[in-house]
Amino acid sequence: MAVSGILLVLFLVAHMAGNLHVFEGREEMNEYAHGLRTLGEPLLPHESILWILRIGLIACAVVHIWSAVVLTRRALQARPVRYASKKPAKGESRHAVATMRWGAIVVFLFIIWHLLDLTFRTVNPVKDVPDAYGAVIATFSPERWPVTVFYLLALFALFFHLRHGIWSAVQTIAGPDTKWRKRTQAIGLFVALIIVLGFAIVPISVTFGLVN
Amino acid sequence: MKLSLRIWRQPDAQAPGEMVSYEIDEVSEDASFLEMLDVLNERLISEGDDPVAFDHDCREGICGACSLVIDGQPHGPQAATTTCQLHMRKFKDGDSIDIEPYRAGAFPVIKDLVVDRSAFDRIIQAGGYISAPTGTAPDAHAVPIPKQDADAAFSAAACIGCGACVAACPNGSGMLFMGAKVTHLSLMPQGQPERATRVLGMVAAHDDAGFGGCTNTGECAAACPKEIGLDVIGKLNRDFRKAAVRAA
Ligand code: HEM
Ligand code: SF4
Ligand code: FES
Repeated sequence: MAVSGILLVLFLVAHMAGNLHVFEGREEMNEYAHGLRTLGEPLLPHESILWILRIGLIACAVVHIWSAVVLTRRALQARPVRYASKKPAKGESRHAVATMRWGAIVVFLFIIWHLLDLTFRTVNPVKDVPDAYGAVIATFSPERWPVTVFYLLALFALFFHLRHGIWSAVQTIAGPDTKWRKRTQAIGLFVALIIVLGFAIVPISVTFGLVN
Repeated sequence: MKLSLRIWRQPDAQAPGEMVSYEIDEVSEDASFLEMLDVLNERLISEGDDPVAFDHDCREGICGACSLVIDGQPHGPQAATTTCQLHMRKFKDGDSIDIEPYRAGAFPVIKDLVVDRSAFDRIIQAGGYISAPTGTAPDAHAVPIPKQDADAAFSAAACIGCGACVAACPNGSGMLFMGAKVTHLSLMPQGQPERATRVLGMVAAHDDAGFGGCTNTGECAAACPKEIGLDVIGKLNRDFRKAAVRAA
């Protein structure tokens, strides 16, 4: 859970930073997307590095989801009878209790839509694969505002997921003392904010016509 | 003060249970929570009813026998306080209070509010001890221990094994209890020879008993009457990782 989660966070950081090419214009963004596919050429075949990264990414996602399912099943078995009265959570990661599991489902559904939208272009008006820029502009165009709203909702869920996930992974792998645990929680919050805001600025800018 | 109680009544481990309502009058603000239940039980006995079974022993917050989930909170609303040390002045006249047993598959209900916490004993038997020659007690300062380590070990050793951490955990995990024991012993020179086998054995016994896995929500530490912190879970994770890598 922790190791796959950290690797997925690294992917998100890279993906978020890559998306910011949108602000440089059509050519630069498409060149970046093309660059991802020709990485390692001519030494290696077309898209080989990309596919190695994709396989690693899929492996991390599978391990991450599988661990979550195991943990959730154990949790259900560990408390077969529920409490009649419940008090709001009051631990250090109280938001995690209410948001990790349903938030994960929102993010999962988002990724399916997102792949159909911007990778396979099934639900995207722009089918021309080399034109990543065009596809981003088209999907977040003002008249398709529900898409932007859905992206922002998914990012909201992702924010809570990362806010807890990042420090929780460090707690599992490194086991910091109290001082470093507090620092890790602050860093987790900061990284989650950077990632989510960095992603959110793209659909917001396109929908409001700042990029077109 | 006058209170409306809803208490979990279950005749034995097999029978189904339910929340039963009781009205109770003239509760003294100075009574402890358990004394309030004693008063209720005297009335139930005089009326020929079965008294409410609940665990208790020292009634001074040091043994870990008392339990109860009061209004959804293990050991009730007051931080860093066992149920036996909780006083009725924390409640208001006319309050309704829900009283339930700890809910965990690894802590089955025996009767009413009494649960079987022997799963914790099995975790201790799997490594939560040191092997030492018997005989006369060694000199207090025969083994020098740095003050910081002694203090940290002492804080962890404050765990009374009450199980509130499990009751509070949304995953029903026993990591805080286990972390407290591992931290206490692995900070001491006497704990070193068995350090690796201890953590591996205890974690295996914990998982066998049917406790859930930790997801670091921190609900355990918020409920712990002895204020054991999440740093002990960090230490447990570190010790486990080292021992597991070495064993592999
Ligand atoms: C909200 C702003 C986002 C934008 C504008 C965006 C844009 C894109 C684009 C254009 C692609 C296709 C890249 C290409 O084929 O060259 C892509 C792929 C992908 N995105 Fe996003 N994305 C966003 C957020 C996210 C988030 C939050 C996640 C995960 C939680 C995510 C996960 C993925 C995955 C897994 C791929 C497939 C990678 C691959 O094909 O190797 N994206 N994204
Ligand atoms: S860690 Fe705290 S809550 Fe858990 S058993 Fe020990 S004293 Fe009780
Ligand atoms: S009865 Fe001993 S701690 Fe409460």
